[in-house]
Amino acid sequence: MSYLADVATLARKDLRLELRARDTLPAMLLFVVSTLVVFHFALPAGADEMAAHGLLWVALIFTALLGLARAWAPERESGALEGLVLAPCDRSAIWLGKSLAVLVFLVAVQVVALPAFAAFFAPVGWETVAGVALASVGICTVGTLLAAMAAASRTRELILPLLFLPLAIPLVVGGVGASVSSEPLEFLAFLGLYDALFAILCWASFEYVVSE
Amino acid sequence: MSTSSPNNSLPKSRVPALAAAAAGLVGLAIFFAFFVAPEDADQGISQRIFYFHVPIALTAYACFGWGAWKALQHLRGKGERYDLESYVAVHMGTIFGSLTLLTGSIWAKASWGHWWLWEEDQLVLFLVLFLFYSAYFMLRFSIDEGPRRANISAVYALFGVVLVPVSFLAIRLAENVIHPTVFTREGPQMTGTMFLTFCIAWLAITTLAYALYRVELLGKRLDANLRELREALS
Repeated sequence: MSYLADVATLARKDLRLELRARDTLPAMLLFVVSTLVVFHFALPAGADEMAAHGLLWVALIFTALLGLARAWAPERESGALEGLVLAPCDRSAIWLGKSLAVLVFLVAVQVVALPAFAAFFAPVGWETVAGVALASVGICTVGTLLAAMAAASRTRELILPLLFLPLAIPLVVGGVGASVSSEPLEFLAFLGLYDALFAILCWASFEYVVSE
Repeated sequence: MSTSSPNNSLPKSRVPALAAAAAGLVGLAIFFAFFVAPEDADQGISQRIFYFHVPIALTAYACFGWGAWKALQHLRGKGERYDLESYVAVHMGTIFGSLTLLTGSIWAKASWGHWWLWEEDQLVLFLVLFLFYSAYFMLRFSIDEGPRRANISAVYALFGVVLVPVSFLAIRLAENVIHPTVFTREGPQMTGTMFLTFCIAWLAITTLAYALYRVELLGKRLDANLRELREALS
């Protein structure tokens, strides 16, 4: 029980910081809308809805990257990570708390991005919403761990996309497939599998990323 | 001195013998592939690259798996040397992975007239792996040497072995909807000689990879010992 309490405290801390400073979420929201506008001009006239559905995923992944690059910034800037690692709680709770906070950011972005997409391009079906929801879990679990790795390196923001994009390819496949396929369940199941596999792996290995 | 532990590394004198064996086997494999194996009725001479392309790809997988295994040993606290061994194995895997992309591309050009085909699952998978493991090196070399770097490299190498089946499944799934299959490669209907040639080539490439792994490991350990000595003297 205390594990969940630790996780909730850590996630609440991140959300409260964001509510006070408001430096990540507004940037993500503005970014996702700008990207969708850019895509309107990038798609040649007569391009079909399928292409737009593909681009939606590009917008979501890149917006997530923007948020993930800032995920560990508060800890890094104030040197709080050492304190958290020394705190008497399971270290995977740090990862889970941060993932939950990132997930809240992603959901907030999608609440804006999906209606905007529906207004600008094409209607959004339940398959797309389900795909986005499942992919968000994968993005925040894997992304948070990779962002912690990137935060330990000298090239932080530069290296995160290089680490994240190859791992995001299966998510894009699952998401786009769920949006455009006639059998979305297969792709949704695949996304669920990805989430479960990588969540377990991240949960088990986070400790090694932050400890020496 | 913690860098080298002689009990588990080959004696130095055996590395040249290993290298000689690898060179001999590669020579034998080339001889078999070009002069002994019969010409493929469909594809002609270009099919002969199969004897190198497929063993190289299998060896690359083996190297990535080996690297992940060493990474796991490192994370389980078995010792510092596993970090270096994991790195060298991933390095070999990346080299052989690049060779797979190169030979696959040449084969695709010879068979279908295109340097790149998104329909070739294995090639696409190697492209994803190539990107993934290239980032491994960028990550590793942008973290200061020490236990932190060893741990992070090990966790990333472990991600690789999970990514391989997940990506493969993803590419297969994508093919059904996003890119329908146009070309299919004939399943190798191998005759006895062809299969023998394939086995010799596989053995040759694996031995070559192992010899290279040992040589690089020897060099890296020598480097580390030298650095320690220098620090002790200064």
